[in-house]
Amino acid sequence: MFLLVIKRIFLGLITLFIVSLITFVGVEILPGDACTTYLEREAYGAALEACYERLGLNIPSYERYISWALGVFQGDFGYSLSGEMKINDVLGPRVKNSMVLASASIFIGIPIALLLGIITALWRDKLPDIIISTITIFSMTIPEFISATLLILIVAIWLEWLPGIVIVPTGASISELLPNIILPVIAISMIMTAHMARMVRSSVIQVMASDYVQMAILKGVPYWKMVFKHVLPNALLPAINVVALTIAWLLGGVVVTEVVFNYPGLGRLVIESISNRDLPVVQALAIILASIYVTINLIADLMTLILNPRLKSLQIKK
Amino acid sequence: MENIVQKINNLTIGFTSQKGEQISILKNISTSINKGETVGIVGESGSGKSTLALAMMGYVKHGLYTISGECLYHSNNLLDMNNRDLENIRGRKIAMIPQNAGQALTPNLKIGYQIDEALKLHTDFKKEDRDKKISELLNKVRLPSPEIMAQRYPHELSGGQQQRVAVAMALAGNPEILLLDEPTTGLDVTTQAHVLELLNVIAKDTGTSMVYVSHDLGAIARVSDRVIVMYSGEIVLDGPVRGILKNPIHPYTFGLLKSIPKLTSPGLPNSMSGSQPQPGIIKSGCSFFDRCNFAEDQCKSNTPDLEYLSDIKTSVRCFKYRDLINMKETKNDKIRSLNNNILENEILNISEVSITYAKQKFLEQLLNKTEDSNPTVKDINININKGETLALVGESGSGKSTILKSIAGLLKTKDGIIKFDKDIVLSNDLKKRDPANLRAIQLIFQNPDESLNPNHTVEEIVSQPLKLYFGLSGSELKQKIIEVLDKVRLGEFYLTRYPRQLSGGEKQRVAVARAFAAKPDIILCDEVTSALDVSVQAAVLNLLQELKEDFGTTYIFVSHDLAVVRAISDRVAVLYQGRLCEIGPSKHVYELPSHPYTEVLLGAVLEPDPDIKPKLVAEDIVEEKPPEQGCSFQGRCPRILGDICKKEVPPWQMGENGNSIRCHIKVDDLKKQQTIN
Amino acid sequence: MENVEQKQKSIFQKVFEIIKTMASKPSGLIGLIILSFHVLLALTSPFYVPYDYKAIDPSLMLQAPSSEYWFGTDSLGRDVFTRTILGGRTALTVTFFGSLIALIWGGSLGIFCGLVGGKIDDVVMRIIDAFLSIPWILAMLLIVSLLGTTTIVLIPALGFFYGKGIVRVARAATHDVIAKDFIVSARARGHSNLSIIWNEILPNVRDAIMVEGAMRWSWMLLGFSSLSFLGFGVSPPTPDWGLMISNARGLMSFAYWAVLAPIFGLSSLIIGINLTADAFAKALGIDRSTKAPV
Ligand code: SF4
Ligand code: SF4
Repeated sequence: MFLLVIKRIFLGLITLFIVSLITFVGVEILPGDACTTYLEREAYGAALEACYERLGLNIPSYERYISWALGVFQGDFGYSLSGEMKINDVLGPRVKNSMVLASASIFIGIPIALLLGIITALWRDKLPDIIISTITIFSMTIPEFISATLLILIVAIWLEWLPGIVIVPTGASISELLPNIILPVIAISMIMTAHMARMVRSSVIQVMASDYVQMAILKGVPYWKMVFKHVLPNALLPAINVVALTIAWLLGGVVVTEVVFNYPGLGRLVIESISNRDLPVVQALAIILASIYVTINLIADLMTLILNPRLKSLQIKK
Repeated sequence: MENIVQKINNLTIGFTSQKGEQISILKNISTSINKGETVGIVGESGSGKSTLALAMMGYVKHGLYTISGECLYHSNNLLDMNNRDLENIRGRKIAMIPQNAGQALTPNLKIGYQIDEALKLHTDFKKEDRDKKISELLNKVRLPSPEIMAQRYPHELSGGQQQRVAVAMALAGNPEILLLDEPTTGLDVTTQAHVLELLNVIAKDTGTSMVYVSHDLGAIARVSDRVIVMYSGEIVLDGPVRGILKNPIHPYTFGLLKSIPKLTSPGLPNSMSGSQPQPGIIKSGCSFFDRCNFAEDQCKSNTPDLEYLSDIKTSVRCFKYRDLINMKETKNDKIRSLNNNILENEILNISEVSITYAKQKFLEQLLNKTEDSNPTVKDINININKGETLALVGESGSGKSTILKSIAGLLKTKDGIIKFDKDIVLSNDLKKRDPANLRAIQLIFQNPDESLNPNHTVEEIVSQPLKLYFGLSGSELKQKIIEVLDKVRLGEFYLTRYPRQLSGGEKQRVAVARAFAAKPDIILCDEVTSALDVSVQAAVLNLLQELKEDFGTTYIFVSHDLAVVRAISDRVAVLYQGRLCEIGPSKHVYELPSHPYTEVLLGAVLEPDPDIKPKLVAEDIVEEKPPEQGCSFQGRCPRILGDICKKEVPPWQMGENGNSIRCHIKVDDLKKQQTIN
Repeated sequence: MENVEQKQKSIFQKVFEIIKTMASKPSGLIGLIILSFHVLLALTSPFYVPYDYKAIDPSLMLQAPSSEYWFGTDSLGRDVFTRTILGGRTALTVTFFGSLIALIWGGSLGIFCGLVGGKIDDVVMRIIDAFLSIPWILAMLLIVSLLGTTTIVLIPALGFFYGKGIVRVARAATHDVIAKDFIVSARARGHSNLSIIWNEILPNVRDAIMVEGAMRWSWMLLGFSSLSFLGFGVSPPTPDWGLMISNARGLMSFAYWAVLAPIFGLSSLIIGINLTADAFAKALGIDRSTKAPV
């Protein structure tokens, strides 16, 4: 058990290492480098030299990778090109803002998804299932920027219930953010919730068809007791990993949604830094987003490990 | 009529097909179960026996529905009862022991909890009493150390133990009726015999009525007082067990009994043609008409009724049962003996072979775990002559399939040499083997559903070896395919069929055809009949024997079924935990004196005859690994001598009739001891 | 010759049969109708659009829908109807060929990994995992911003990023098949690896991979239009729904029509593809609802 945990963590670290390599190499092999892309037309002569000097681009790439990676490992991403600010200072508040948005979506989305998934599975092919399933298919397929735009149009512009565009400074506190994030959270969680609900549904249906559920019925276990004791623990266990993947997928949606709502989070930073060709910031973002992904999956893996009696007994036997 | 606990009246259950037709799975079933009686329901897959058993608990599977009729428990119809009332009957009055306990126990709940749940639902015991009761129940089903058992999860138990837990769970509510749905299928021979014995004891002790559903007449014979035979959703025969097994008066049962190979009568059993029709195909007439040897014209158009014959207390659905009543002797007529032309020259020689199955894990490599000194299969020495049929028998984990795979080159041997045709050494790497040698050895697998590519037509399947080994193409190829199919009695119209359009027996014939298309010298048969229905099994065995006699092929035949092995093999090798125990001519291996393990196996065989009782001499413990030293059977041996068995590998001894036994006990002593009991 | 002809016929018949089963359920039928409508539109619309999609006329700015301008005009005075019916062409082309590329490379790598197993498989899957953990949008933006937004860049880039998931599916399907006895049997007979892949494995994993490809298509469309919404997809003045939504968004409090028309176009296409993919999966007997959207 302990070994397994270590192994998972180790694999996660390997993934991150590969990500850092990919982003680094990716930036290297694409035409142009940080200086030429940033300076664009002025990229010649002394200006270019100075830029190279400043960024240390004239030392061999593997050395640069090592010193960069070491820095990242210690939580130092270096300097951004545009503001000549420390990337850490740029990222700090943005990360916080995006976290608020994402965790709000997750905490609202997961319970709703579970509920909907279970309801649709237990009332399979009956009216509640048909209605909810149709809705989930729709909300699953509509891209975030469309639902976000529609939400703004309907709720903010036509009904004037909530602010449509977030107008807060980057360093705003959570209470300042609150009324503003309602619509973004809805937009983000829609797709995710729909996906998870569908997965929970099929997982529950699968378990309901199993021999042991039939056995529980034949044993005379009352329906709801059977659902909670025999069905859900076994159905939700495999769903954990899938939910984690969905959450990781949500990161992409966050970027788009933040742009629509003008929300000062990581997503907008992604767009800004790419428009500004600020490659060091892009690299930093890639690492951060990848570590979020890896962490979420790691948590899911560990949860499965802890909850699954099959894996638990490994320690008894060995 | 006080005695009747459950009564089924004109029950018809079915489903609506995609075309909107109503198709019946059960047709007009009427019968009743008496208090304290054990009723066996026997039928092949698709005969509707499981649907019937579930209906007796008021349960109808998703997609099926009751078309007409009722299922009464003390005059309450279970099939239109509400859930609340059903919950009070299920588990308390009628309890079920499922087919595959491994899948029927909820994986996330401890054994103790699952039994406790049943107790909580169906008794008024307090917590402490329930705990006591759990131990008591686990004790009753003879599980060791109940307190520890209760803390286990289902997957931590062996198949036999899981089945026992299921029995304990069913007994928790003290039910009036116990329904058993194939409770021993999939268990090893010895385990099966033990579980059945347990059920017999329980039936006697508690006075519960039991309904035992199975395809296995041997198991049915062991436990039941009365037998119901089902065919194609109908009851065709219903009566006392002895009468039905000794003098079956329905042609289906008659043929079925004759097609079962028996230890007592060696040679190939008679086969039955065809297979059970799919539900919905038979519209009128007797559903057995196509396969019946007694059929006459009226059977095709008129449907026979279930007729009760009070003199023998038997109901039968056949116009011509009188013909069968008068046919007293059903045993031993027309059994084919083997007629193998065994040549002197050796075709395969396996010497000192050992195989390690467990692959080393990456982590273990890191932790520097040394090489496996205790391989899964060890010290195998067998030689096979041309034209012979050698059988490898043993329970699961005996390594019989492993040996087969390494002969085929699919598994690398760790040590030892396999020689083909006297002096060709077969490499243990498949890629290094000569194509001609690959052609010479062909495999037939257990389950044709897995061994035939579902996306290929029969033509494509059979063409594979022909194209590969003989480079045939075009009309020549087609001609050859038709020829080969003809050999396995499949007509030309099968060419364009896909496996899913064939019955189990037909699929296995295609697999046989594919193997023979390569013109092999040796065919390796891996449990080739165990996925088939009983009535089809005999036909496949007969076919294999005929082909062999025609072509002089050598067979190596792996099976767990001692009766099948007895029927088809010249020589038998008995394996336990990857080590040979005994090898010799079938006739003599099946006779005493035997190796203690052979003795245990033979004792556990269930014959379809209520008068033959199995002898249970050893515990049915499941061993995960062969012992590090000494005799492989020491863990379960009833005749164990002591230290010498635990320390020293027993020597080979020649028996009187050419069978070799590997045991520390002298053959003469074995003979004395074994004849005493 | 005869043989070949028979085979081809049967493939057409199979395709026809699959489409028939797809259309037998209302959702599949609706999906098919929507999808074919969009494809038809994309193929033929240039021949009958009422106005020039790039004609700017400030005097016609932000006109409400009328009999002349069915969907009104946008902030530059261009006809929204014209631009809407043209707006799906790039998206459809790019994502169709993108999914094709994804299907091919993802499928072959997946089968390869499933087949060889062991160390190679481990390493490749690690790398795939690493790629998966970089949000697609970041990677795509980076590529596009450095290499430009031409279709030549977009198609392979999208194809690459959306093929990762197919690798997983193909690998899992191959793993399932490879344990089956018919593969063992083919190996024991001594067929070459290539012949085993072609004859035994491919026919059995084909369906799963194709369904996955169909599914990727709708997600790729989602991704592509997100890109062009962010300004990294199609360059103006080419009409594209994502771009149109992005441009009209700022003024939607005055001119909602300029936003609603492309939203309707895009949503209907995505729903159409999705319903079709769903029906396709069901017709082939594959349950797609358990898969993760990665
Ligand atoms: S009724 Fe006729 S066909 Fe049916 S079993 Fe009897 S003899 Fe055979
Ligand atoms: S050697 Fe000993 S343990 Fe082994 S079978 Fe003989 S008596 Fe039993």
